Order: sequence, then C-alpha cells, then structure tokens
Amino acid sequence: MQDLKTLEKIAAGHIGEKGGVIAILQEVQDALGYIPEEAVNWIADRLWIPRSAFFGVATFYAQFYFTPRGKNIITACCGTACHVKGSERLINGIARELNLAGGQDTTPDMEFTLEKVNCVGACSIAPVVIINKKVHGKAGADKIRKELKALRKTDKNAAAVEETDEE
Amino acid sequence: MKNKEIGIKICMGTGGIAAGGTQVMEAFTEHLRSSGIEASVEKRCSMHRVGCRGLCAKDVLVDILIDGDKTTYQYITSEMVPRIVKEHLIEGAPIEEWTVGEDYHNFHRKQVKVVLSDCGNIDPEDINAYIAVGGYEATKAAVKSMTPEEVIDIIKKSGLRGRGGAGFPTGLKWEICNKIQSDHKYIICNADEGDPGAFMDRSVIEGNPHAVIEGMIIGAYSIGAAGGYVYIRAEYPLAVERLKIALRQARENNFLGNKILGRGFLNFDIKIKLGAGAFVCGEETALIASIEGRRGMPRAKPPFPVYSGLWGKPTVINNVETLANIPYIMRKGAGWFSSYGTEKSKGTKVFALTGKVKNSGLIEVPMGIPLREIIYDIGGGIEGEKALKAVQTGGPSGGCIPADMIDIKMDYESLAQAGSIVGSGGMIVLDEDDCMVNVAKYFLQFTQAESCGKCVPCRIGTKRLLEILDKITKGQGTEDDLKLLEKLGSDIKSASLCGLGQTAPNPILSTLKYFRQEYEAHLEGRCPAKVCRDLLTYSVIEKFCTGCGACKRVCPAGAVTGEKKKPHTIDSSLCIKCGACFDVCKFKAVAKE
Repeated sequence: MQDLKTLEKIAAGHIGEKGGVIAILQEVQDALGYIPEEAVNWIADRLWIPRSAFFGVATFYAQFYFTPRGKNIITACCGTACHVKGSERLINGIARELNLAGGQDTTPDMEFTLEKVNCVGACSIAPVVIINKKVHGKAGADKIRKELKALRKTDKNAAAVEETDEE
Repeated sequence: MKNKEIGIKICMGTGGIAAGGTQVMEAFTEHLRSSGIEASVEKRCSMHRVGCRGLCAKDVLVDILIDGDKTTYQYITSEMVPRIVKEHLIEGAPIEEWTVGEDYHNFHRKQVKVVLSDCGNIDPEDINAYIAVGGYEATKAAVKSMTPEEVIDIIKKSGLRGRGGAGFPTGLKWEICNKIQSDHKYIICNADEGDPGAFMDRSVIEGNPHAVIEGMIIGAYSIGAAGGYVYIRAEYPLAVERLKIALRQARENNFLGNKILGRGFLNFDIKIKLGAGAFVCGEETALIASIEGRRGMPRAKPPFPVYSGLWGKPTVINNVETLANIPYIMRKGAGWFSSYGTEKSKGTKVFALTGKVKNSGLIEVPMGIPLREIIYDIGGGIEGEKALKAVQTGGPSGGCIPADMIDIKMDYESLAQAGSIVGSGGMIVLDEDDCMVNVAKYFLQFTQAESCGKCVPCRIGTKRLLEILDKITKGQGTEDDLKLLEKLGSDIKSASLCGLGQTAPNPILSTLKYFRQEYEAHLEGRCPAKVCRDLLTYSVIEKFCTGCGACKRVCPAGAVTGEKKKPHTIDSSLCIKCGACFDVCKFKAVAKE
C-alpha cells in the first residue's frame, strides 16, 4: 500500500489509547480524502482493535466516506431556514448543472462532489452553499452557477499548464 | 484626528466572514497604513475582530470608535473602506448613508444580554480582552475563597436551568454529582448543536469561547472533576479553531492544567472531541458512547450519567449556553440573574431567529417575553409584508405555534402547554408561502434519517410516519391516514428509548392540531401554499411571455417549446415540476397552480 507511512504515523499517535476509533478515522480521511477499506484493515490489525469496531463506527456517522471524492467539494446546507428559503430547488439546480444523475454525488471526471449537510448554523444568511470551504450566503442559483463556471475554468487552465509542462 | 484614540471592530463570525469580513479587515489594514493614520496616532489605533453581534443579515458590521464615540456601519464591503478611512477617520465626518438605521437599534432594544453581553465586543482570540471585561474573576473568587458547596448554592439560587432543551436545574445536577464519592469525575460541554436552524452555541463559542471554558472550570471545581471534554460538531470549523486557541491561552495563564491558580489540589484540563455528523449524539448517553469511540447510540436511563457516565464514572453534561451563563451569575449574583424571567424559568434565553423575518439573527431575551415582541419588535416583522403563518420552535423535536397564538410567553411551561418546546432555541418564522405539511415532512425526513435504529418504535415508526406524509403530499392520502398519524405519533412518543424518538412526532402532531385544514386540502389534491411539487402544474401566461427563451434553455426535461419572440408553451406530460422555468422567468409569465 502506498500510504503506509501516513497510516503508520496515524496509528503511532493512538497506541494504547482508549476510545480513539473516531479520531483515527477522521485522521485517515483528512490524510487520504476518504476511507479506503484496506487502510482501515491495516490500522485495525496494527492497533489490535477489531476491524468491525472501525466499520461499525464509520458507517454510523455521516461524516465518513468510503469512496474517493471530487476535487471541488460543494456542500449544500439543508437546514430548516435554508429549506424554507428554497434549498431543495437550489440543490436540484446544482445537480443539473453538474450533470449528476439520480443518487450520484461525484462527477465521473472527479472534478466535483455535491454533498448535503443538515445545518451549518449560518441560518441568517440562508440559503447557504459552501464551495471548497468558503461560505456563500444568500446563495441564488445564478450566483452558484457563476462560481461553478469559474472553478471549471481554473481547473481547465491548470490542466492545460500541466499538459504543456509534460511536453 | 491627531491625538484621538481610534478603535475599529469588525464582525468576524461565520456570517461576517461569509459576507467578506476578512477582506474588509485587510482593506482597513492597508488603508490605515497608506493614509498614514497608523503612524500619526501611533499605538492609539487598534483594530479588532469580534464575534457575532446577532444581526448577521446586515453583515459586514463595522464599529468605528473615536475616543469612545461609536458609529456602526452595515453591509460594508472592502470597496467601501477607503471612503470610511478618508472621511470618517481622517476628516472626522461619519458617512451617514452607510450607518445602521432604526431597525438595527430596534433589534437590540428589547434584548437583555447576559450570555451574549461580551459577544461582538471583544476579540475572541485574545484572552486579555476577556480578562479586561472581568473574565476569570469568578474563577479566582470561587477557587480561592469559596467551597464547592457555596458555588453550587449560588447556581441553585439563580434558578438556572439547562439550556440544551430539557431544562433540568443546573445547580441540582452539580449537587448530585458533588455528593457522589468517586476517584474520577468528568464534566462535558455539549456543543453538538445538531438542530437544523439553530446556531446559538456556534455563535457563543465563536464570539466568547473563554466564557464557556470558565463555566466548565467552575463546574469542575464544584463537582470535583479532573477531566473535561467539549464535544463539538466538525461542521463548525471556526468555532473549533477559536476554542483551541482559547484553551491554549487558558493553559498559559494557569486557569487550566495542574495546580490551577497555585492551588495544589486543583487539577483540571479540557479536551476537544469532534463530532462526526450524527444528530442523536446530542442525547447525553449517545454523546458519551461517541466520546468513548463507539457508535453514538443511546442507552436506557437510569442510571443517569451523573451516576454512571463517561467510562462508567460520574459525569455532568451541560450545554454551551448553560455554561456560558455561569461566570456572569457568579460575578453579578444569583439575585441579579433571577430578577429576569418568570417564576419557573429564570434568566434569559438565546434564540436563533430565522426564516421569513426581516431581521434574522441571534437574539437574547428574558424568559417569558411574548412571542409577538420577538417577531415584530426585535425581528421587525415578516419579510415582504406577507402574513405570518406560524413560528416553529425547538427544531425537529418541537412544534409550530400558529399566528393566532402569537401572544404566548416564551418559557418552558407555556411552550410545553402549546405542544412545542423551548428546545435549544431555534425559532423559524413561516409565512403564507410555507406549507405546513411540507414543513412536518421536512422534519420527519430529518429524524427518520438520524434515528440510530436501536429501538423499534423510532426506527420503524418514523419510517412509517414519513411514508404516510409522502403519500399525503402527493395527493394520495385519505382521512384514515390523518387518524393513523395521530395514533402512531402518540405511540412512538411513549415507546421510544431516547429523546429523539420521544419527540420526533411533535412536528406532525402540532401541525395536525393547528393546521388540520391544510392536511385536508392535500387529501383533496390541493397544496394551498403551492409548495408540494406533485400537486402543482406549471403553465405559460401568454400575455406576459416575451418569447425570450430563458425557460426553454433552462428546462431539463425539454418540456418547453416555442419560437423566438412568440409565447412559449409547457408540455405538462413532459414537465418534471422542477420549477426552473418559474425561477428563471423575469416577466412573471410562468404560472404555478
């Protein structure tokens, strides 16, 4: 496994610790972007904690992902204030903009992931959409569409630069 | 402006930062330097980031203080900064058209700030700012000259009740724990603010983290705890960051750690535990399971955590707002605190006022204030001069208060009588455009998804409730379904294991009680508020349609047809009722019925 060093470092911080399972999973996800099954197996064996303890926890909490996520993360708030201010229509609009088919949350080119969260607690500026950790308040469909377009553009430029570099 | 003392305070809570607070601060730094003010007044020009002052809808809010003379600006962007620096700071003339208006003052007039008294005034990342306004004095007084029993006595006399929702008397909880003999005890701050539509705890931690820490230290001293945890949502990155800074500073100043304030026997420290996105972890036994690294599932009580909590040891769990009250009660006295509020609900309560209200934001009011004053005096009334329909309090565990009961007093007892709860303090204002069946369905979707699955009534019951609501919003419900909702709802309430299931049916039961006619309209295939998708049809109003083609371009189903500059039509057999055409039309030519 290529991430062995990272995992070794994470495991080393939790040897003999009581109740570290959630923190370990959070660290693995922070380092690798998601939680690969083999990474959990490795750490579980290393720390003498049953693998089932990790998977039981990881499937319980909404924050953990078992599949790789896109380069740009769009977090749409589904809190009550956002709901009454039309977040559902806004989210459906973003999904259409990204051509995400039913149930999909990441675009096939791994550029965008659209995720919903219960409430980010910024209700006075509802509806709220967070794009790559930047909070956008009073988010209209137009505003978000522009942001997504700008991201596509910078990504394409970056890709073009990489290609020329390789040449 | 020479020889004057200049202070600049910029609102940098999550709301302020989203509105561009960081850029405003950078712009001030740059223009203060380039204009030479910084050099001319030397160290008498100070700029501070401050936490949330409540009215996030008007962010970025900026205070300019010249020799203590305060001017508050609203909706400030970085482009506006050069003019403020030139005209106000250099020439001494405030820019009238940018300052806050009457509604800003009305917003604050009926509020009484205890927990929020320093939020928005002090820099949350600087312990000295908190100490300068009297912070940690209560800790010193308690630790150096009072017994734990004396501290508990003050809290008991103040009448403070838990602000997380249940309303259990805080002093009593501490007293029980104090009397238990154990080698280890814990105090936990519950900052797992999972209610959608609530952000009181986030704002308090972002705006004044030291008050929460001080509350925990005093609590730990009272019950004899050596270990403390703050269990906080990972969805609140700024609050976590500020808490980390505050904990470090508190340790450096010996308010935390070993031999606190030189008292040899007193050791106490606080760790942060990040939640991982599970609403049920706000329930205290589930929260403990989560800190122990397990699935956050509640267990049957008793034993209550105060007897057997974290790692089986006596544990006190207090909510953020409860703890943030403690230093102020200790400093100003139990009598001062209990002079606010009603006979059984003392003090103040922080509410997150949101939804269809003009001044949405964070407010703190005395317990027992009439709801009308909150909505119309503080909130400034309903957005767009529409009619108020209901106010939802207590989030997914609470209920709706209809417009005709708006004179209800906001305290634990009155709200319970009306079929709702104070809860943690979320308050969502709904107007004539909101469908009550849809609101109930929204909350049921939430609780059904967040049910941990341990007990049958909650796991299967909420699922069945949601299915029935779904049927109703599709126009397929029957009169029997309404009866079933009521029967099932009351069964789930009495048979569920924890607070999540015991309160999950509340949004349905209270809307059925007060808005039964709306449910009945859905049975006939109508959604009076025009919200429920399956009961709507979209059509083009020919006389308004200019044939611009915007709707045709945006329609994902290809249901809109028509030639350029001629009225378009919507094919209802293809229409998926997404509403995109309705949203995009600038000429109000799309009708929704």
